[in-house]
Amino acid sequence: MTRLAARLLLVCAGISLVFSAFPATSRAATPDDVLVMAKRIDDIISLDPAQVFEFTGAEVIANIYDRLVTFDVNDASRLEGGAAQSWKISPDGKTYRFTMRPDMRFASGNPVTADDAAWSLQRVIRLGLSPAFILAQFGLTAENVEKRIRAEDAMTLVIELERAYAPSFLLYCLTAGVGSVLDRELVLAHEKDGDLGHEWLKQASAGSGPFSLIRWRANQYVILEGDSGYWRGAPAMHRVILQHIAEPATQRLMLEKGDIDVARDLSPDQVGGLAGLSDMRILHAPKGTLMYLGLNQKNPILAHPKVRKAFKLLVDYRGIGDNILRGRGRVHQAIIPKGLFGALTETPYRFNPERARKLLREAGYESGFAVTMDASHGSIITEVAQALQSDFAAVGIEAEIIPGDEKQVLTKYRARNHDIFIGEWGVDYQDPHSNADAYASNPDNSDDARFRTLAWRNAWAIPRLSELTASAILMRDQDERAELYNEIQRRVLAVSPFVVMFQSVDLIVERSYVSGLVWGPSFDSNFYRGAVKRPHSREK
Amino acid sequence: MSRIVNTLRSLSGLLFSVSLTLLGLIAVTFFIGRVVPIDPVLAVVGDRASADIVEQMRVEMGLHLPLYQQFWDYLGQVLRGDFGNSVLTANPVSEDIRRLFPATLELATAATLIGVVLGVPMGVAAAVWRGRWPDHVIRVVGLVGYSVPVFWLALVGLFVFYAQLDLVPGPGRIDIYFEETVPFVSGVILLDSLLAGNREVFWNALSHLLLPASILGYFALAYIARTTRGFMIEQLGEEYIVTARAKGMSPARVVWGHALGNIRVQLITVIALAYAGLLEGSVLTETVFSWPGLGRYITSSLLNADMNAVLGGTLVVGVVFVGVNLLTDLLYRFLDPRVR
Repeated sequence: MTRLAARLLLVCAGISLVFSAFPATSRAATPDDVLVMAKRIDDIISLDPAQVFEFTGAEVIANIYDRLVTFDVNDASRLEGGAAQSWKISPDGKTYRFTMRPDMRFASGNPVTADDAAWSLQRVIRLGLSPAFILAQFGLTAENVEKRIRAEDAMTLVIELERAYAPSFLLYCLTAGVGSVLDRELVLAHEKDGDLGHEWLKQASAGSGPFSLIRWRANQYVILEGDSGYWRGAPAMHRVILQHIAEPATQRLMLEKGDIDVARDLSPDQVGGLAGLSDMRILHAPKGTLMYLGLNQKNPILAHPKVRKAFKLLVDYRGIGDNILRGRGRVHQAIIPKGLFGALTETPYRFNPERARKLLREAGYESGFAVTMDASHGSIITEVAQALQSDFAAVGIEAEIIPGDEKQVLTKYRARNHDIFIGEWGVDYQDPHSNADAYASNPDNSDDARFRTLAWRNAWAIPRLSELTASAILMRDQDERAELYNEIQRRVLAVSPFVVMFQSVDLIVERSYVSGLVWGPSFDSNFYRGAVKRPHSREK
Repeated sequence: MSRIVNTLRSLSGLLFSVSLTLLGLIAVTFFIGRVVPIDPVLAVVGDRASADIVEQMRVEMGLHLPLYQQFWDYLGQVLRGDFGNSVLTANPVSEDIRRLFPATLELATAATLIGVVLGVPMGVAAAVWRGRWPDHVIRVVGLVGYSVPVFWLALVGLFVFYAQLDLVPGPGRIDIYFEETVPFVSGVILLDSLLAGNREVFWNALSHLLLPASILGYFALAYIARTTRGFMIEQLGEEYIVTARAKGMSPARVVWGHALGNIRVQLITVIALAYAGLLEGSVLTETVFSWPGLGRYITSSLLNADMNAVLGGTLVVGVVFVGVNLLTDLLYRFLDPRVR
């Protein structure tokens, strides 16, 4: 028996020996010319600019493609030239003439021409995928797009519209992913069955931007390579890698070990633990996503104007912001997020249960009522929902939280089967119409309506406000247009069934040897080109 | 002659039951996928698509057809080896599985090896020294192994061995800079890197495998050690053992030769079950270690209502399970004289 014990001991010793033999091969910091970011990237379903509509995908293509028009990341109300250097608008406001930037080249070496730009825009309409509406809303269809968007010569792109829209409206729409200029020749070389190269481009790149795609592996990584000939100047990083690390705790470990340079999905707790460390830099980047409650007007109680108002007074904006969001959101109550032109930053509502109670009494619900609240589980939304639940309970409103998977909750919301929906909504493009059209437009409130905006989802019938919103895209003077959006926001703030609470803020932690990354005001204005790593001075 | 007929008969019976099992699996998964309150079109076109696009996609996906016809069409597709495309990865599901399953296979095999190599001797030792300190120690070790959630062990493992002691590298199958450096042959990186003659990648991959395989291996070990102990205690109480001992046979031969020899069939069933369980892909461990395996694939597909991927993945798990069981059956024929 003792021999057996001795043998067992030997086995154990052997194993620990194997363990201790490894450290020599296991340690390596990230190379100086490679930037590694940990991020959840499981939202990417395609990297074709005509299809991309997800946060991560939008960020990636913003670093691969030049768009016709861009905006100043420090002041989004200032438009700048991208692939188009300048533009002129005809006196009747219907024809836009863009002059392309000279001497630009795609990563393939092909020159960037107006022809490429025209074809790229036409392609978005012809494919008709999720983000196509951003261009289609200008009356563009597969039938007319080739006539309306065309290259006059190699350097001049002409867009001719039916109506005289607000110039800022069209230009901001061209700053979206659908405004990316694609390498026509390269994409068409990969066309299959008339798909305009769509299948191929889902996992490839054909742009003139600072980076090219080496590989996207779903749920694993995106590897980008810098283009040395980029017109604004070559990126310092040879490669930028987005590594899919789903677990925030793991992201933090890897950041501390120096296996990654930037962590994108840390929780406030984890970030708090890193505060004050000299080798970490904590950044807050406000994004165009709003967290809000949608009160379904099909529910007669929630349809009472005083009840709607009461809900706006029952949110402990500051308490939730300080205790739950902790840096991941800031109080914002209007429907257009800060960072877009025309945004209203007033926050007239404060947590006031006494006034809410009074309003409920006047509405005839002195003793409260019961409602359900749909919230997707496993996210910050659930925590906010729980906080709201207890605040509501103080005035007798019994809110039952129905947790569900995000897609499940959305399916129910889209079918107008909810009482209260709590969730988030991000702007689709950097123009105020994006959100005004969602929250303040509902031309047809019937169940089989064609346009199913957020107002429709909450059965909020607003024929007059819808008209006002529609008129704002035709207002050619930009200041007057901004004023009109302020007006729309104030109305929504006063009477709508929407309780907009917070604008999301991205929490980003960089190792302090990294600098030059740009975290812009929208999810597709995070730019990697300027990223630099200070070599040799690393702590480890 | 009659023996051949018998073999053929049992073989066709086997084939029939296997295909029936798989058909049932497809049917159940398919209908569950259609019953869940998630609009599959939503997964494809996203939350912002217009009503026209949604309708167009519904027709394109065949969702406007009656359910039985959808199922029939899908079945035909599967029989042609076409699982359709995954929404999440933009790839054919069969291609995804071809790429991800080797990662799970690599991890599960390493974990099972660890579980068997350590678990069986531990179970034997615990049985031999029943009620004494080695037994107590092994039982506590086992208890921790099967009562503590494995993802928690994984996180603690990362914290201790990666963050604190710096003994192993962080999550992932290899360091991220080595990705795309070794050509894909089998998908098992340890093998592919050797085939490519890239020793740096081989050692890197092995060091990455060590911790997750040990964590899952510990889990398997706990299970295997516990059952081995039970089987052994039963055997050691048998009369033939007493006889062998009385004849003056060495204790080692009694334990390893006679007792262990007699429980090998049961033991193989246990090991096969543990292996098959690990081959399904352990979702949480794969998540914690950012291990691009099958479990994570099926789960994230499920959460996104990516039904082609879920169906394809589930079917592969089913085939693997049935396959492992068949293999075990075959092994019995060699090991158990009564079945022969």
